[in-house]
Amino acid sequence: MNTVRDEIMPLQSESDLITVRQAVRIWMVPEGFNILEQTKMVTAVSELARNAITYGGGGEARLQLLADAARRGIRVTIIDHGVGIEDITKAMVDGYSTGSGLGLGLGGSKRLVDEFNIWSEPGQGTRVEITRWKQ
Amino acid sequence: MEQFPVLAVGDFMLISLREDMSDTQVMNLQDELSKQVTLIRPKGVLIDISSLEIVGSFLGRMLSDIAKIVRILGAEVVIVGMQPTVAMTTVELGKTLGSVLTARNVNSGMGMLRLKTMSSTSLAAASGRS
Repeated sequence: MNTVRDEIMPLQSESDLITVRQAVRIWMVPEGFNILEQTKMVTAVSELARNAITYGGGGEARLQLLADAARRGIRVTIIDHGVGIEDITKAMVDGYSTGSGLGLGLGGSKRLVDEFNIWSEPGQGTRVEITRWKQ
Repeated sequence: MEQFPVLAVGDFMLISLREDMSDTQVMNLQDELSKQVTLIRPKGVLIDISSLEIVGSFLGRMLSDIAKIVRILGAEVVIVGMQPTVAMTTVELGKTLGSVLTARNVNSGMGMLRLKTMSSTSLAAASGRS
C-alpha cells in the first residue's frame, strides 16, 4: 500500500478543528467519495478531534491518502498527549462517559468508517486511526 | 447577532445557522437566542440548519438544549432543513435530536408552528371562558 499524500496538522484550538474538518472534505472530493461518505468521515474526524482537544489537551491530526492496486482511501489519525483512556473496551460502548456526562462517541465514530484502530496508554495519550475506502 | 441572521415573520422568528460554527459560536447562539426570545416574545422559533454539513454529538446536544430553553421561555421550536446525509450520519453516530420538532423545510416548519400555536391559543381561550 502506498501513501500518496501525507500531512500533519495541529489540533489545539476550535479553529484547528474546523481547519482539519475542511481539509478532510477537500481531500475526499477529488477521490470521488460521495457526499454521504464525506459527511460520515468528516463527522467521525470531528468527534475524535474534539475529544483530543477537550480531554487530551490537544495534539495533531495526520491526513493520508492511501492507494493500492484495487482501491484508494483516506486515513486520518488523531493523536493527543493527554491522560489516555484506561479501559478502551468500556470507552467504546455508546454513552460511556468519563464523568462529565458527555460520552466520548467512540462507538458511534467507529460505525461511520471502514476501519477503526485505537491505542491508548494511561498518562501517555491516545491515538485513533480511522480509514474510509473508495472501492 | 450578525453571525446568526434573524428574520421576524409575523409572530415567528427564523434564525439561520451558518456552516462551520466553532463551539464558542454555538454557545453564543444559545445565549443570544435566549435573549432575543425574551425581548421579542415570538410565539415560535424556526432554526434553519440547511447549511450545516455535519451535526456531531456536540452540536446535536446544543440544538436540543436550545430547543428546550426556548420552550421554557414560552415559544415553540422547530428545527428545519437538516440535509438527508446529515440525518443519516447523525442517526448512525447514535445521536438524535430527542423530542425536538423537526421539519423538512422552512415552509412546513412554519405550518407546524401555526398549528402548534393555534391550538395553544384556542386552549387558552377555552380555559378563559370556563
